[in-house]
Amino acid sequence: MSFAARRLAQAVPLLLIISLLVFGLIHAAPGGPLSLYLDNPNVRPEDIARLRRAMGLDRPLGTQYVSWLAAFVRGDWGYSYADGRPVTERMIERVPATLQLVGVSTLLAVIVSVVVGVGAALRRGVDRAASVGSVAGLSIPVFWLGLVLQLLFSNTLGWLPSSGRASFAGGGLADRLAHLVLPVAVLAVAHAAGWSRYLRGSVRLALAQPFTNAARARGVTESRIVLRHALRHALLPFATVVLLDASIMASGAVVTESVFAWPGIGSLFTEALAKRDYTVLMAFLMCASVAVVTLSFLADVAVHALDPRTRGEP
Amino acid sequence: MRPGAIEIPRQAAIALGVLVALVLLAALAPVISPFAFDALDLARRRAAPSASHWFGTDELGRDLLTRVLFGARVSLAVGFVSAAVSVLLGIAIGATAGWAGRWIDALLMRITDAMLAVPRLPLLMIAAAVLAPNVAALVLLVGAAGWMETARVVRAEVQSIKANDFVTAARAVGAASPRVVMRHVLPGVLPTAAVATTLAVGRGILLESALSFFGVGVQPPAASWGNMLYQAQTTMTSEPWLGIFPGAFIFLTVLCCNAIGTALTDRATNR
Repeated sequence: MSFAARRLAQAVPLLLIISLLVFGLIHAAPGGPLSLYLDNPNVRPEDIARLRRAMGLDRPLGTQYVSWLAAFVRGDWGYSYADGRPVTERMIERVPATLQLVGVSTLLAVIVSVVVGVGAALRRGVDRAASVGSVAGLSIPVFWLGLVLQLLFSNTLGWLPSSGRASFAGGGLADRLAHLVLPVAVLAVAHAAGWSRYLRGSVRLALAQPFTNAARARGVTESRIVLRHALRHALLPFATVVLLDASIMASGAVVTESVFAWPGIGSLFTEALAKRDYTVLMAFLMCASVAVVTLSFLADVAVHALDPRTRGEP
Repeated sequence: MRPGAIEIPRQAAIALGVLVALVLLAALAPVISPFAFDALDLARRRAAPSASHWFGTDELGRDLLTRVLFGARVSLAVGFVSAAVSVLLGIAIGATAGWAGRWIDALLMRITDAMLAVPRLPLLMIAAAVLAPNVAALVLLVGAAGWMETARVVRAEVQSIKANDFVTAARAVGAASPRVVMRHVLPGVLPTAAVATTLAVGRGILLESALSFFGVGVQPPAASWGNMLYQAQTTMTSEPWLGIFPGAFIFLTVLCCNAIGTALTDRATNR
Protein backbone atom coordinates (compact mmCIF):
# COMPACT_ATOMS: atom_id res chain seq x y z
CA MET A 1 0.00 0.00 0.00
CA SER A 2 1.34 3.43 -0.83
CA PHE A 3 2.08 5.96 1.90
CA ALA A 4 -0.83 8.20 0.89
CA ALA A 5 -3.28 5.29 1.03
CA ARG A 6 -2.05 4.17 4.45
CA ARG A 7 -2.24 7.73 5.75
CA LEU A 8 -5.75 8.08 4.32
CA ALA A 9 -6.77 4.88 6.09
CA GLN A 10 -5.75 6.55 9.37
CA ALA A 11 -7.75 9.68 8.61
CA VAL A 12 -11.06 7.86 8.20
CA PRO A 13 -11.40 6.50 11.78
CA LEU A 14 -10.23 9.92 12.97
CA LEU A 15 -13.09 11.61 11.14
CA LEU A 16 -15.55 9.04 12.52
CA ILE A 17 -14.44 9.78 16.10
CA ILE A 18 -14.81 13.51 15.40
CA SER A 19 -18.30 13.06 13.97
CA LEU A 20 -19.34 11.08 17.07
CA LEU A 21 -17.96 13.86 19.26
CA VAL A 22 -19.82 16.61 17.38
CA PHE A 23 -23.07 14.64 17.25
CA GLY A 24 -22.85 13.70 20.92
CA LEU A 25 -22.16 17.29 21.93
CA ILE A 26 -25.28 18.67 20.26
CA HIS A 27 -27.46 15.90 21.65
CA ALA A 28 -26.05 16.37 25.16
CA ALA A 29 -28.30 19.41 25.57
CA PRO A 30 -31.16 18.83 27.98
CA GLY A 31 -34.05 18.59 25.53
CA GLY A 32 -31.73 18.05 22.58
CA PRO A 33 -31.48 20.40 19.62
CA LEU A 34 -34.96 21.75 20.32
CA SER A 35 -34.06 22.94 23.84
CA LEU A 36 -34.42 26.54 22.71
CA TYR A 37 -38.15 26.03 22.11
CA LEU A 38 -38.74 24.33 25.46
CA ASP A 39 -38.40 27.63 27.34
CA ASN A 40 -40.46 29.54 24.81
CA PRO A 41 -44.04 30.09 26.12
CA ASN A 42 -45.28 30.68 22.57
CA VAL A 43 -44.36 27.18 21.44
CA ARG A 44 -46.96 24.62 22.53
CA PRO A 45 -45.85 21.14 23.71
CA GLU A 46 -47.74 19.52 20.81
CA ASP A 47 -45.76 21.70 18.38
CA ILE A 48 -42.55 20.48 19.92
CA ALA A 49 -43.73 16.89 19.64
CA ARG A 50 -44.59 17.48 15.98
CA LEU A 51 -41.21 19.10 15.31
CA ARG A 52 -39.44 16.22 17.03
CA ARG A 53 -41.21 13.77 14.73
CA ALA A 54 -40.66 15.89 11.65
CA MET A 55 -36.95 16.21 12.37
CA GLY A 56 -36.62 12.56 13.30
CA LEU A 57 -35.57 13.40 16.85
CA ASP A 58 -37.87 10.70 18.26
CA ARG A 59 -35.85 7.93 16.64
CA PRO A 60 -33.08 6.05 18.52
CA LEU A 61 -29.85 8.07 18.79
CA GLY A 62 -27.86 5.51 16.81
CA THR A 63 -30.28 5.70 13.86
CA GLN A 64 -30.21 9.49 14.01
CA TYR A 65 -26.42 9.49 13.99
CA VAL A 66 -26.17 7.21 10.98
CA SER A 67 -28.71 9.15 8.93
CA TRP A 68 -27.13 12.49 9.94
CA LEU A 69 -23.66 11.28 8.95
CA ALA A 70 -24.88 9.82 5.65
CA ALA A 71 -26.64 13.09 4.80
CA PHE A 72 -23.60 15.11 5.84
CA VAL A 73 -21.29 13.13 3.58
CA ARG A 74 -23.69 13.69 0.67
CA GLY A 75 -23.55 17.45 1.30
CA ASP A 76 -27.01 17.69 2.83
CA TRP A 77 -26.33 19.67 6.01
CA GLY A 78 -29.92 20.46 6.87
CA TYR A 79 -31.66 23.80 7.24
CA SER A 80 -30.74 26.71 9.44
CA TYR A 81 -33.09 27.10 12.42
CA ALA A 82 -32.69 30.84 12.15
CA ASP A 83 -33.90 31.53 8.61
CA GLY A 84 -34.83 28.17 7.14
CA ARG A 85 -32.28 28.33 4.33
CA PRO A 86 -30.05 25.33 3.57
CA VAL A 87 -26.95 25.39 5.77
CA THR A 88 -24.75 24.61 2.76
CA GLU A 89 -25.95 27.76 1.03
CA ARG A 90 -25.40 29.95 4.11
CA MET A 91 -21.89 28.60 4.58
CA ILE A 92 -20.77 28.76 0.95
CA GLU A 93 -21.67 32.43 0.59
CA ARG A 94 -19.39 33.18 3.57
CA VAL A 95 -16.38 31.21 2.31
CA PRO A 96 -14.73 33.89 0.10
CA ALA A 97 -14.49 36.44 2.93
CA THR A 98 -12.90 33.90 5.27
CA LEU A 99 -10.48 32.63 2.64
CA GLN A 100 -9.40 36.21 1.94
CA LEU A 101 -8.86 37.06 5.61
CA VAL A 102 -7.14 33.80 6.55
CA GLY A 103 -5.09 33.71 3.34
CA VAL A 104 -3.74 37.24 3.63
CA SER A 105 -3.03 36.98 7.35
CA THR A 106 -1.32 33.60 6.97
CA LEU A 107 0.87 34.98 4.19
CA LEU A 108 1.78 38.00 6.29
CA ALA A 109 2.45 35.84 9.36
CA VAL A 110 4.71 33.54 7.30
CA ILE A 111 6.74 36.48 5.96
CA VAL A 112 7.08 38.04 9.42
CA SER A 113 8.04 34.67 10.92
CA VAL A 114 10.74 34.03 8.32
CA VAL A 115 12.27 37.51 8.74
CA VAL A 116 12.09 37.46 12.54
CA GLY A 117 13.06 33.79 12.84
CA VAL A 118 16.15 34.17 10.66
CA GLY A 119 17.11 37.44 12.40
CA ALA A 120 16.72 35.81 15.80
CA ALA A 121 18.85 32.83 14.79
CA LEU A 122 21.65 35.21 13.71
CA ARG A 123 21.65 38.13 16.13
CA ARG A 124 21.42 37.89 19.91
CA GLY A 125 19.73 41.27 20.22
CA VAL A 126 17.03 40.35 17.72
CA ASP A 127 16.61 37.02 19.48
CA ARG A 128 15.96 38.68 22.86
CA ALA A 129 13.40 41.10 21.41
CA ALA A 130 11.79 38.36 19.31
CA SER A 131 11.43 36.00 22.25
CA VAL A 132 9.75 38.68 24.38
CA GLY A 133 7.51 39.60 21.44
CA SER A 134 6.66 35.98 20.81
CA VAL A 135 5.63 35.22 24.41
CA ALA A 136 3.60 38.45 24.43
CA GLY A 137 1.90 37.54 21.14
CA LEU A 138 0.98 34.10 22.47
CA SER A 139 -0.41 35.59 25.69
CA ILE A 140 -2.52 38.46 24.39
CA PRO A 141 -6.27 37.75 24.21
CA VAL A 142 -7.04 38.05 20.48
CA PHE A 143 -10.44 39.71 20.98
CA TRP A 144 -8.98 42.29 23.36
CA LEU A 145 -6.16 43.11 20.93
CA GLY A 146 -8.85 43.64 18.29
CA LEU A 147 -10.88 45.95 20.53
CA VAL A 148 -7.81 48.00 21.50
CA LEU A 149 -6.67 48.37 17.87
CA GLN A 150 -10.19 49.45 16.87
CA LEU A 151 -10.18 52.01 19.66
CA LEU A 152 -6.76 53.32 18.67
CA PHE A 153 -6.82 53.30 14.86
CA SER A 154 -10.52 53.73 14.14
CA ASN A 155 -12.00 55.77 16.94
CA THR A 156 -9.09 57.85 18.21
CA LEU A 157 -6.91 58.33 15.14
CA GLY A 158 -9.60 57.72 12.55
CA TRP A 159 -7.13 56.14 10.13
CA LEU A 160 -8.89 52.85 9.46
CA PRO A 161 -12.45 51.50 9.36
CA SER A 162 -13.34 49.49 12.45
CA SER A 163 -15.51 46.78 10.94
CA GLY A 164 -16.96 45.10 7.89
CA ARG A 165 -15.40 44.16 4.58
CA ALA A 166 -16.24 47.33 2.64
CA SER A 167 -18.05 50.61 3.18
CA PHE A 168 -21.82 50.74 2.56
CA ALA A 169 -21.27 53.00 -0.41
CA GLY A 170 -19.33 50.20 -2.03
CA GLY A 171 -15.91 51.74 -2.26
CA GLY A 172 -12.97 50.82 -4.45
CA LEU A 173 -9.88 48.74 -3.92
CA ALA A 174 -8.39 51.20 -1.40
CA ASP A 175 -11.53 50.97 0.71
CA ARG A 176 -11.43 47.16 0.71
CA LEU A 177 -7.74 47.12 1.58
CA ALA A 178 -8.30 49.57 4.45
CA HIS A 179 -10.96 47.23 5.85
CA LEU A 180 -8.50 44.32 5.70
CA VAL A 181 -5.70 45.96 7.69
CA LEU A 182 -6.87 45.57 11.29
CA PRO A 183 -8.34 42.05 11.18
CA VAL A 184 -5.33 40.81 9.20
CA ALA A 185 -2.94 42.41 11.68
CA VAL A 186 -4.70 40.79 14.66
CA LEU A 187 -4.71 37.29 13.13
CA ALA A 188 -1.13 37.62 11.87
CA VAL A 189 0.16 38.61 15.33
CA ALA A 190 -1.50 35.57 16.85
CA HIS A 191 0.09 33.21 14.30
CA ALA A 192 3.52 34.81 13.85
CA ALA A 193 4.12 34.62 17.61
CA GLY A 194 4.31 30.84 17.55
CA TRP A 195 5.68 30.31 14.05
CA SER A 196 8.65 32.72 14.35
CA ARG A 197 9.79 30.85 17.49
CA TYR A 198 9.58 27.56 15.67
CA LEU A 199 11.49 28.81 12.63
CA ARG A 200 14.22 30.32 14.82
CA GLY A 201 14.65 26.95 16.49
CA SER A 202 14.93 25.00 13.25
CA VAL A 203 17.30 27.52 11.60
CA ARG A 204 19.57 27.27 14.65
CA LEU A 205 19.37 23.51 14.52
CA ALA A 206 20.38 23.59 10.84
CA LEU A 207 23.27 25.97 11.62
CA ALA A 208 24.65 23.39 14.06
CA GLN A 209 24.66 20.63 11.41
CA PRO A 210 27.84 19.46 9.71
CA PHE A 211 26.66 20.58 6.26
CA THR A 212 26.61 24.24 7.30
CA ASN A 213 30.11 23.85 8.76
CA ALA A 214 31.22 22.33 5.49
CA ALA A 215 29.82 25.31 3.59
CA ARG A 216 31.59 27.64 6.01
CA ALA A 217 34.86 25.79 5.39
CA ARG A 218 34.41 26.25 1.65
CA GLY A 219 34.33 29.99 2.28
CA VAL A 220 30.62 30.56 1.73
CA THR A 221 29.57 33.83 3.34
CA GLU A 222 27.53 33.65 6.54
CA SER A 223 24.44 35.35 5.09
CA ARG A 224 24.46 32.94 2.15
CA ILE A 225 24.81 29.98 4.50
CA VAL A 226 21.78 31.10 6.44
CA LEU A 227 19.61 31.95 3.45
CA ARG A 228 20.62 29.21 1.04
CA HIS A 229 21.53 26.34 3.33
CA ALA A 230 19.98 26.67 6.78
CA LEU A 231 16.71 28.34 5.81
CA ARG A 232 16.13 25.86 3.03
CA HIS A 233 16.67 23.05 5.49
CA ALA A 234 14.21 24.63 7.92
CA LEU A 235 11.44 25.58 5.50
CA LEU A 236 9.87 22.17 4.94
CA PRO A 237 9.20 21.40 8.61
CA PHE A 238 8.07 25.01 8.97
CA ALA A 239 5.51 24.62 6.19
CA THR A 240 4.22 21.49 7.96
CA VAL A 241 3.82 23.38 11.23
CA VAL A 242 1.86 26.13 9.45
CA LEU A 243 -0.50 23.59 7.88
CA LEU A 244 -0.90 21.68 11.16
CA ASP A 245 -1.98 24.91 12.89
CA ALA A 246 -5.20 25.00 10.83
CA SER A 247 -7.15 24.18 13.97
CA ILE A 248 -5.76 27.24 15.76
CA MET A 249 -6.44 29.35 12.66
CA ALA A 250 -10.10 28.33 12.76
CA SER A 251 -10.40 29.43 16.40
CA GLY A 252 -8.59 32.68 15.57
CA ALA A 253 -10.87 33.36 12.60
CA VAL A 254 -14.00 32.93 14.74
CA VAL A 255 -12.79 35.51 17.25
CA THR A 256 -11.34 38.00 14.77
CA GLU A 257 -14.27 37.91 12.36
CA SER A 258 -16.71 38.50 15.21
CA VAL A 259 -14.81 41.45 16.65
CA PHE A 260 -14.43 43.12 13.26
CA ALA A 261 -17.85 42.06 11.90
CA TRP A 262 -16.03 40.40 9.00
CA PRO A 263 -18.74 38.61 6.99
CA GLY A 264 -17.06 35.21 6.91
CA ILE A 265 -17.74 31.73 8.28
CA GLY A 266 -16.35 32.68 11.69
CA SER A 267 -18.93 35.39 12.26
CA LEU A 268 -21.63 33.07 10.87
CA PHE A 269 -20.60 30.72 13.67
CA THR A 270 -20.98 33.33 16.43
CA GLU A 271 -24.31 34.49 14.95
CA ALA A 272 -25.49 30.87 14.98
CA LEU A 273 -24.20 30.46 18.53
CA ALA A 274 -26.26 33.41 19.76
CA LYS A 275 -29.39 31.88 18.20
CA ARG A 276 -28.47 28.29 19.19
CA ASP A 277 -28.76 27.42 15.48
CA TYR A 278 -27.52 23.85 15.96
CA THR A 279 -27.49 22.72 12.34
CA VAL A 280 -25.14 25.58 11.43
CA LEU A 281 -22.97 24.96 14.52
CA MET A 282 -22.63 21.24 13.72
CA ALA A 283 -21.81 21.94 10.08
CA PHE A 284 -19.19 24.51 11.08
CA LEU A 285 -17.48 22.19 13.54
CA MET A 286 -17.51 19.29 11.07
CA CYS A 287 -16.17 21.39 8.18
CA ALA A 288 -13.43 22.93 10.31
CA SER A 289 -12.37 19.49 11.58
CA VAL A 290 -12.44 17.95 8.11
CA ALA A 291 -10.30 20.86 6.88
CA VAL A 292 -7.81 20.30 9.72
CA VAL A 293 -7.58 16.56 9.05
CA THR A 294 -7.25 17.15 5.29
CA LEU A 295 -4.48 19.72 5.69
CA SER A 296 -2.52 17.49 8.03
CA PHE A 297 -2.95 14.62 5.56
CA LEU A 298 -1.68 16.83 2.72
CA ALA A 299 1.23 18.04 4.87
CA ASP A 300 2.29 14.48 5.68
CA VAL A 301 2.01 13.32 2.08
CA ALA A 302 3.93 16.36 0.80
CA VAL A 303 6.75 15.90 3.31
CA HIS A 304 6.91 12.22 2.46
CA ALA A 305 7.21 13.07 -1.23
CA LEU A 306 9.70 15.92 -0.82
CA ASP A 307 11.96 14.68 1.97
CA PRO A 308 13.65 11.33 1.28
CA ARG A 309 14.76 11.07 4.94
CA THR A 310 11.18 10.53 6.09
CA ARG A 311 10.73 7.47 3.88
CA GLY A 312 12.94 5.09 5.86
CA GLU A 313 14.54 1.95 4.46
CA PRO A 314 12.49 0.16 1.81
CA MET B 1 26.45 30.45 42.06
CA ARG B 2 27.09 27.40 44.16
CA PRO B 3 26.91 24.11 42.31
CA GLY B 4 23.66 22.26 42.61
CA ALA B 5 21.63 25.40 43.26
CA ILE B 6 18.60 25.86 41.06
CA GLU B 7 19.09 28.79 38.75
CA ILE B 8 15.89 30.71 38.11
CA PRO B 9 15.99 32.99 35.06
CA ARG B 10 15.28 36.61 35.91
CA GLN B 11 12.13 36.94 33.76
CA ALA B 12 10.65 33.80 35.28
CA ALA B 13 11.34 35.11 38.80
CA ILE B 14 9.64 38.42 37.99
CA ALA B 15 6.71 36.60 36.38
CA LEU B 16 6.32 34.38 39.42
CA GLY B 17 6.40 37.45 41.69
CA VAL B 18 3.70 39.20 39.66
CA LEU B 19 1.55 36.07 39.64
CA VAL B 20 1.85 35.67 43.42
CA ALA B 21 0.98 39.37 43.85
CA LEU B 22 -2.11 38.93 41.66
CA VAL B 23 -3.25 35.90 43.64
CA LEU B 24 -2.79 37.82 46.91
CA LEU B 25 -4.66 40.85 45.56
CA ALA B 26 -7.52 38.63 44.44
CA ALA B 27 -7.64 36.76 47.75
CA LEU B 28 -7.52 39.95 49.83
CA ALA B 29 -9.83 41.95 47.56
CA PRO B 30 -12.55 42.55 50.21
CA VAL B 31 -9.90 43.81 52.66
CA ILE B 32 -7.97 46.00 50.22
CA SER B 33 -10.76 47.68 48.36
CA PRO B 34 -12.67 50.54 50.01
CA PHE B 35 -15.67 49.69 47.83
CA ALA B 36 -17.97 46.70 47.93
CA PHE B 37 -18.05 44.45 44.88
CA ASP B 38 -21.62 45.39 43.97
CA ALA B 39 -21.93 48.83 45.62
CA LEU B 40 -23.81 51.17 43.31
CA ASP B 41 -22.98 54.87 43.12
CA LEU B 42 -25.61 56.14 40.72
CA ALA B 43 -24.33 59.71 41.02
CA ARG B 44 -21.04 58.65 39.53
CA ARG B 45 -21.88 56.31 36.69
CA ARG B 46 -19.47 55.83 33.78
CA ALA B 47 -16.84 57.98 35.52
CA ALA B 48 -13.39 58.07 33.95
CA PRO B 49 -10.41 56.88 36.03
CA SER B 50 -9.67 59.34 38.86
CA ALA B 51 -8.00 59.51 42.27
CA SER B 52 -11.04 58.00 44.03
CA HIS B 53 -11.83 55.41 41.35
CA TRP B 54 -8.45 54.43 39.87
CA PHE B 55 -9.96 52.39 37.02
CA GLY B 56 -13.16 54.47 36.72
CA THR B 57 -16.71 53.20 37.25
CA ASP B 58 -19.13 51.17 35.12
CA GLU B 59 -22.67 51.86 33.91
CA LEU B 60 -24.09 51.36 37.43
CA GLY B 61 -21.40 53.39 39.18
CA ARG B 62 -19.59 50.32 40.53
CA ASP B 63 -15.85 50.75 41.13
CA LEU B 64 -14.02 49.01 38.27
CA LEU B 65 -10.80 48.29 40.19
CA THR B 66 -12.82 46.46 42.84
CA ARG B 67 -14.62 44.49 40.14
CA VAL B 68 -11.34 43.63 38.41
CA LEU B 69 -9.95 42.29 41.71
CA PHE B 70 -13.08 40.23 42.34
CA GLY B 71 -13.08 39.13 38.70
CA ALA B 72 -9.50 37.95 39.26
CA ARG B 73 -10.82 35.43 41.81
CA VAL B 74 -13.01 33.77 39.18
CA SER B 75 -10.53 34.04 36.30
CA LEU B 76 -7.54 32.78 38.31
CA ALA B 77 -9.57 29.98 39.89
CA VAL B 78 -10.79 28.85 36.47
CA GLY B 79 -7.22 29.02 35.14
CA PHE B 80 -5.59 27.05 37.95
CA VAL B 81 -8.29 24.44 38.51
CA SER B 82 -8.87 23.80 34.79
CA ALA B 83 -5.10 23.39 34.37
CA ALA B 84 -5.09 20.83 37.18
CA VAL B 85 -7.97 18.96 35.50
CA SER B 86 -6.20 19.06 32.11
CA VAL B 87 -2.87 17.87 33.42
CA LEU B 88 -4.30 15.10 35.61
CA LEU B 89 -6.40 13.84 32.69
CA GLY B 90 -3.40 14.16 30.39
CA ILE B 91 -1.16 12.19 32.76
CA ALA B 92 -3.80 9.48 33.25
CA ILE B 93 -4.47 9.07 29.53
CA GLY B 94 -0.86 9.49 28.39
CA ALA B 95 0.53 7.13 31.03
CA THR B 96 -2.13 4.50 30.28
CA ALA B 97 -1.39 4.67 26.55
CA GLY B 98 2.39 4.64 27.02
CA TRP B 99 2.38 1.85 29.62
CA ALA B 100 -0.27 -0.44 28.12
CA GLY B 101 0.80 -0.11 24.48
CA ARG B 102 -0.87 -2.12 21.72
CA TRP B 103 -4.57 -1.49 20.97
CA ILE B 104 -5.17 0.59 24.10
CA ASP B 105 -2.39 2.93 23.00
CA ALA B 106 -3.70 3.03 19.43
CA LEU B 107 -7.25 3.79 20.55
CA LEU B 108 -6.28 6.49 23.05
CA MET B 109 -3.96 8.19 20.57
CA ARG B 110 -6.65 8.23 17.85
CA ILE B 111 -9.00 9.91 20.32
CA THR B 112 -6.23 12.38 21.17
CA ASP B 113 -5.69 13.15 17.49
CA ALA B 114 -9.43 13.60 16.97
CA MET B 115 -9.70 16.00 19.90
CA LEU B 116 -6.72 17.97 18.58
CA ALA B 117 -8.28 18.25 15.14
CA VAL B 118 -11.48 19.87 16.38
CA PRO B 119 -10.87 23.62 16.80
CA ARG B 120 -10.83 24.06 20.57
CA LEU B 121 -12.55 27.41 21.01
CA PRO B 122 -15.60 26.74 18.77
CA LEU B 123 -15.94 23.29 20.37
CA LEU B 124 -15.97 24.81 23.84
CA MET B 125 -18.31 27.59 22.74
CA ILE B 126 -20.85 25.04 21.52
CA ALA B 127 -20.40 22.90 24.63
CA ALA B 128 -20.90 25.93 26.88
CA ALA B 129 -23.93 27.09 24.88
CA VAL B 130 -25.51 23.64 24.96
CA LEU B 131 -24.82 22.81 28.60
CA ALA B 132 -25.09 26.34 30.08
CA PRO B 133 -22.62 25.41 32.83
CA ASN B 134 -22.11 27.10 36.20
CA VAL B 135 -18.53 28.15 37.08
CA ALA B 136 -17.60 24.73 38.47
CA ALA B 137 -18.85 22.93 35.36
CA LEU B 138 -17.14 25.51 33.16
CA VAL B 139 -13.84 24.68 34.85
CA LEU B 140 -14.38 21.00 34.07
CA LEU B 141 -15.25 21.78 30.43
CA VAL B 142 -12.18 23.94 29.88
CA GLY B 143 -10.06 21.31 31.62
CA ALA B 144 -11.55 18.50 29.54
CA ALA B 145 -10.65 20.37 26.34
CA GLY B 146 -6.96 20.75 27.24
CA TRP B 147 -5.53 17.33 28.13
CA MET B 148 -4.31 16.29 24.67
CA GLU B 149 -0.93 18.02 24.57
CA THR B 150 -0.05 16.70 28.03
CA ALA B 151 -1.19 13.20 27.13
CA ARG B 152 1.11 13.16 24.10
CA VAL B 153 4.27 14.23 25.91
CA VAL B 154 3.53 12.04 28.95
CA ARG B 155 2.99 9.01 26.69
CA ALA B 156 6.36 9.58 24.99
CA GLU B 157 8.02 10.06 28.37
CA VAL B 158 6.48 6.89 29.82
CA GLN B 159 7.54 4.88 26.78
CA SER B 160 11.16 5.92 27.23
CA ILE B 161 11.13 5.43 31.02
CA LYS B 162 9.53 1.99 30.59
CA ALA B 163 12.63 0.80 28.72
CA ASN B 164 14.92 1.52 31.70
CA ASP B 165 16.57 -1.23 33.75
CA PHE B 166 15.13 0.03 37.03
CA VAL B 167 11.65 -0.59 35.69
CA THR B 168 12.58 -4.09 34.59
CA ALA B 169 14.16 -4.65 38.01
CA ALA B 170 11.03 -3.48 39.82
CA ARG B 171 8.92 -5.86 37.77
CA ALA B 172 11.45 -8.66 38.25
CA VAL B 173 11.10 -8.46 42.06
CA GLY B 174 7.36 -8.89 41.57
CA ALA B 175 5.97 -5.35 41.85
CA ALA B 176 2.51 -5.07 40.32
CA SER B 177 1.97 -2.76 37.34
CA PRO B 178 0.08 -0.03 39.23
CA ARG B 179 2.86 0.12 41.83
CA VAL B 180 5.62 0.28 39.20
CA VAL B 181 3.79 3.07 37.39
CA MET B 182 3.08 5.07 40.54
CA ARG B 183 6.45 4.63 42.25
CA HIS B 184 8.93 4.36 39.40
CA VAL B 185 7.49 5.78 36.20
CA LEU B 186 5.31 8.75 37.15
CA PRO B 187 7.96 10.56 39.24
CA GLY B 188 10.01 10.79 36.05
CA VAL B 189 7.08 12.48 34.32
CA LEU B 190 6.78 15.29 36.89
CA PRO B 191 9.09 17.86 35.21
CA THR B 192 7.13 17.52 31.95
CA ALA B 193 3.88 17.82 33.88
CA ALA B 194 5.13 21.00 35.58
CA VAL B 195 5.77 22.70 32.23
CA ALA B 196 2.41 21.52 30.91
CA THR B 197 0.66 22.91 33.98
CA THR B 198 2.06 26.45 33.69
CA LEU B 199 1.12 26.59 30.02
CA ALA B 200 -2.33 25.14 30.76
CA VAL B 201 -3.04 27.83 33.38
CA GLY B 202 -2.50 30.56 30.79
CA ARG B 203 -4.52 28.70 28.19
CA GLY B 204 -7.37 28.12 30.65
CA ILE B 205 -7.56 31.82 31.51
CA LEU B 206 -7.58 32.74 27.80
CA LEU B 207 -10.29 30.18 27.01
CA GLU B 208 -12.49 31.28 29.93
CA SER B 209 -12.15 34.90 28.90
CA ALA B 210 -13.00 34.12 25.27
CA LEU B 211 -16.05 32.05 26.29
CA SER B 212 -17.27 34.78 28.63
CA PHE B 213 -16.54 37.43 26.01
CA PHE B 214 -18.94 35.63 23.68
CA GLY B 215 -21.55 35.42 26.43
CA VAL B 216 -21.44 31.65 27.00
CA GLY B 217 -18.95 31.53 29.90
CA VAL B 218 -19.21 33.06 33.36
CA GLN B 219 -22.63 34.75 33.64
CA PRO B 220 -23.45 38.02 35.44
CA PRO B 221 -23.86 38.95 38.28
CA ALA B 222 -20.61 37.00 38.83
CA ALA B 223 -17.67 38.94 37.39
CA SER B 224 -14.76 37.48 35.46
CA TRP B 225 -12.33 39.42 33.29
CA GLY B 226 -13.93 37.89 30.21
CA ASN B 227 -17.53 38.82 30.97
CA MET B 228 -16.46 42.33 32.01
CA LEU B 229 -15.12 42.65 28.45
CA TYR B 230 -18.37 41.21 27.09
CA GLN B 231 -20.26 44.00 28.80
CA ALA B 232 -17.68 46.63 27.82
CA GLN B 233 -17.47 45.91 24.09
CA THR B 234 -20.51 47.96 23.13
CA THR B 235 -19.31 51.04 25.02
CA MET B 236 -15.66 50.74 24.03
CA THR B 237 -15.65 54.16 22.34
CA SER B 238 -17.36 56.14 25.11
CA GLU B 239 -15.92 54.31 28.15
CA PRO B 240 -12.75 52.60 26.93
CA TRP B 241 -11.45 52.01 30.48
CA LEU B 242 -14.17 49.39 31.04
CA GLY B 243 -12.58 47.24 28.34
CA ILE B 244 -8.93 48.17 28.61
CA PHE B 245 -8.34 47.25 32.28
CA PRO B 246 -9.90 43.76 32.43
CA GLY B 247 -8.16 42.82 29.15
CA ALA B 248 -4.84 44.14 30.41
CA PHE B 249 -5.17 41.90 33.47
CA ILE B 250 -5.86 38.85 31.29
CA PHE B 251 -2.81 39.72 29.19
CA LEU B 252 -0.56 40.27 32.22
CA THR B 253 -1.60 37.03 33.92
CA VAL B 254 -1.26 34.85 30.83
CA LEU B 255 2.07 36.54 30.03
CA CYS B 256 3.40 35.57 33.47
CA CYS B 257 2.24 31.95 33.09
CA ASN B 258 3.76 31.66 29.63
CA ALA B 259 7.03 33.33 30.73
CA ILE B 260 7.40 30.75 33.51
CA GLY B 261 6.45 27.94 31.12
CA THR B 262 8.98 29.12 28.52
CA ALA B 263 11.74 29.38 31.11
CA LEU B 264 11.02 25.82 32.30
CA THR B 265 10.96 24.54 28.71
CA ASP B 266 14.28 26.24 27.92
CA ARG B 267 15.83 24.66 31.01
CA ALA B 268 14.54 21.26 29.98
CA THR B 269 15.83 21.49 26.41
CA ASN B 270 19.24 23.00 27.22
CA ARG B 271 20.02 20.27 29.70
